[in-house]
Amino acid sequence: MGRYVIGRIGAAAATLFAASIVIFSFIHLIPGDPVSVMLGDAATPEQVAALRERMGLDEPIWVQYLVWAGNALQGDLGRSIFFETPVTQVIADGAETSILLALITMIWIVLFGIPVGILAAIRQGTWIDQGLSGLAMLLASVPTFWVGLYLILIFAAGLGWFPSSGYPSIFEGGGLANLQYLLLPSIALAAPNAALILRLTRASMLDVSREDFVRTARAKGIRPSRVVLRHILRNALLAVVSAFGFTFAALISEAVVTETVFALPGIGRTVVQSILRRDYPVIQGVILVTVCLYLVINLLVDLSYRLLDPRVEL
Amino acid sequence: MLGYLRVWTRPVVSRPLAALAGLFLIVVLCCALFAPWIAPYPPDQIDPVNRLLPPDAAHLFGTDHYGRDTFSRAVYGARLALLIGVGVVSFALASGVPIGILSALYPMLGRVLMRMVDVLMSFPSLLLALGLIVILGQGVLNAILAIGLIYLTTTARIVYGVALRLRSEPYVEAARSMGAGTLWIVRRHILPNMVSPLLVQASFVFAFAQLGAAALDFLGLGAPPEIPSWGNMLAEERIYITRASWLLLWPGLMIVLTAFSLNVMGDVLRDRMDPRFREMMGK
Repeated sequence: MGRYVIGRIGAAAATLFAASIVIFSFIHLIPGDPVSVMLGDAATPEQVAALRERMGLDEPIWVQYLVWAGNALQGDLGRSIFFETPVTQVIADGAETSILLALITMIWIVLFGIPVGILAAIRQGTWIDQGLSGLAMLLASVPTFWVGLYLILIFAAGLGWFPSSGYPSIFEGGGLANLQYLLLPSIALAAPNAALILRLTRASMLDVSREDFVRTARAKGIRPSRVVLRHILRNALLAVVSAFGFTFAALISEAVVTETVFALPGIGRTVVQSILRRDYPVIQGVILVTVCLYLVINLLVDLSYRLLDPRVEL
Repeated sequence: MLGYLRVWTRPVVSRPLAALAGLFLIVVLCCALFAPWIAPYPPDQIDPVNRLLPPDAAHLFGTDHYGRDTFSRAVYGARLALLIGVGVVSFALASGVPIGILSALYPMLGRVLMRMVDVLMSFPSLLLALGLIVILGQGVLNAILAIGLIYLTTTARIVYGVALRLRSEPYVEAARSMGAGTLWIVRRHILPNMVSPLLVQASFVFAFAQLGAAALDFLGLGAPPEIPSWGNMLAEERIYITRASWLLLWPGLMIVLTAFSLNVMGDVLRDRMDPRFREMMGK
């Protein structure tokens, strides 16, 4: 167990190291002098020189990497060109929105994807199963921003049940009631990912139901509902849990679009705006942080997977 | 040859949903190939007097805020959808197949290459694509490369898995013991056996390329705005959604139905596949 954990952490660290080189190279792969591009045409040579100095662009490239990576390890991701504040501050400003959006979305995914997947599996081959599997495939084929636009049209502009855009912090006036701003975005964001979890739950339920211990349980005369819940579901959920790391990565990607549609002040929208503003340090910082998060979540998923299923060799 | 064709056509015809999906894809293909003959108006013909018209006989899908015919633009949009799909699939296959096969044949090289694929996979896919767009600049070709890079990783992984398994098949070992060269084995044994997994992968990649391209267009970082793509149509007309909600219905439906049809086809093909490889292609 200990060896496995250390090895797994080492592999994640190696991936992070390689990813950090990719992210670091990003600013140097942009054609032209990144500083002039970031400052625009109106910049004076002195400003350009000052920013080059600040970003350490005159040092040899490996020194630049070591300085950048060293600072990142100490929680310093550089300064935003546009906001003139530390990148960590920019990320922290969007974190509340993005984290809450991701959490609420995960709740929808679990509440919809898993039960419906179970239903499809126990009704395998019937029209219920075919209908639900077809629905899952349809949901996975719908652009989240398009769903978002029609959710706004129907539930915000039409019926007026929910606010159409923006999100005031729950820590400022309004409190938890502000979560209603995240309701429509989270539904749009959940749709394709819930479809994925639905299909995965169904498939792994069917896989497990072919195992010997399920046949033994049925042969012993255990009630079918108990076999499904105690024997099949428990084991099938392992595969579903292992997909959460992947789902999380998909959420981050699609949140970029969803936050833009609903004008949410989250990290995703900040990335899009930073691209349009050529605020490269922010893009670099956000990508580095999300890669870290992804690796940590995958690490936890892998380790918990092996804790939950004693059959998996450690 | 006909028998081979039937292996693919029979499952499609025997399932009504798959038949409908196939039919829709043929319609999209025809729209892309024969757009000038199908579309009643040029896609960029501006007609300010008739702007934001609801659907009627003259304008089947209505008109947008420049008075352009939405139906004609949706028909022309199929061209970019086809171009993006073919481009992304070609890029993903042309890069993923050699990486996967080389990694399976040469384990030392494979450890390095698959490690690099893992690193790319640790980036959230849209952020990876956006990062590449920042470096390369905006444009159709760059959108294809950016989305293609995402599917390079999954394709290389699948090819690697299939090739590893094929490599230890008795007939491959037999061929090797009889002195067959690596290139010969790849050409005669590995590539032919990879056709059906690759076909399945291609249809899923084609489907998700549509969604990726639409997202890039919507963020204003995909195809240039003058190109009538479905994503651009949604991006341009989104502010008119309360006044003319039908404007967003058709381009959106085209994206959904195209992606859905391709996913249905991918599913049907996967069900026909060798069960040993099926589990590698996801559920």
